[in-house]
Amino acid sequence: MRNYEVTFIVDPVLASEEIKATAQTYVDLLKSKGCEIVHINEMGLRQLAFAIGKRHSGSYYCVEFKAVDGTFVNEVELAFRRDERIIRFLTVSLDKYGVKYNEDKRKGLIGTIKKKKVEEKRDERNERPDRRGNNNSGPRRPQPAAVEPEAPATTEDQA
Amino acid sequence: MANKDDIKFLSNPKIGQKRKKYCRFRKFGIKYIDYKDGDFLLQFINEQGKILPRRITGNSLKYQRKVATAVKRARHLALLPYVADLLK
Repeated sequence: MRNYEVTFIVDPVLASEEIKATAQTYVDLLKSKGCEIVHINEMGLRQLAFAIGKRHSGSYYCVEFKAVDGTFVNEVELAFRRDERIIRFLTVSLDKYGVKYNEDKRKGLIGTIKKKKVEEKRDERNERPDRRGNNNSGPRRPQPAAVEPEAPATTEDQA
Repeated sequence: MANKDDIKFLSNPKIGQKRKKYCRFRKFGIKYIDYKDGDFLLQFINEQGKILPRRITGNSLKYQRKVATAVKRARHLALLPYVADLLK
């Protein structure tokens, strides 16, 4: 079994039931091809970064599933291409890290970790000394403190 | 009369020093880069929407490649712009 993930954007002009129905047809299509659905992620209505076919927003869906091999890809993508309700689609095969990442994200582990990391970087690396101190106690601890005064200037320059 | 400590640093001694660059993916053990996470990928592109070089981000080659594919996938899905002005 291989792991795949298909992300697609549904036309937001449709009624919300129609959008859901559209997404559901593709989930059913995948199931009929012998795929085992792992998770359906409704990412909701989002603003597109650029207009596609005069649409400025779209409803994002991401379906993670397992399949025996890649034979379903052509048929499913053909269905996507023919369908006017689909603005964009992307099929990606996941490696083991991708599968683990998605699992962790569903459990809510990833969002917090990443956010913390981002904050750390923007917060002039105040939290970092603790982290380093935990990882390898002792000699390294004074170093970040010494570097700290310089940190804000450089980060601001980059931003 | 000024103390010895006061005149020790007339100029900031840290100014000429270079901060050591590092790969954040190796450092924090991140193995997978999600193309759906546009905000995270925003760190690796400049304000025109171009992918920043390794020279600047400090990523290792392995993860720079992954970042590049993730950014390209995000662009295809209109999560990131292909071209932009004043993105940040």
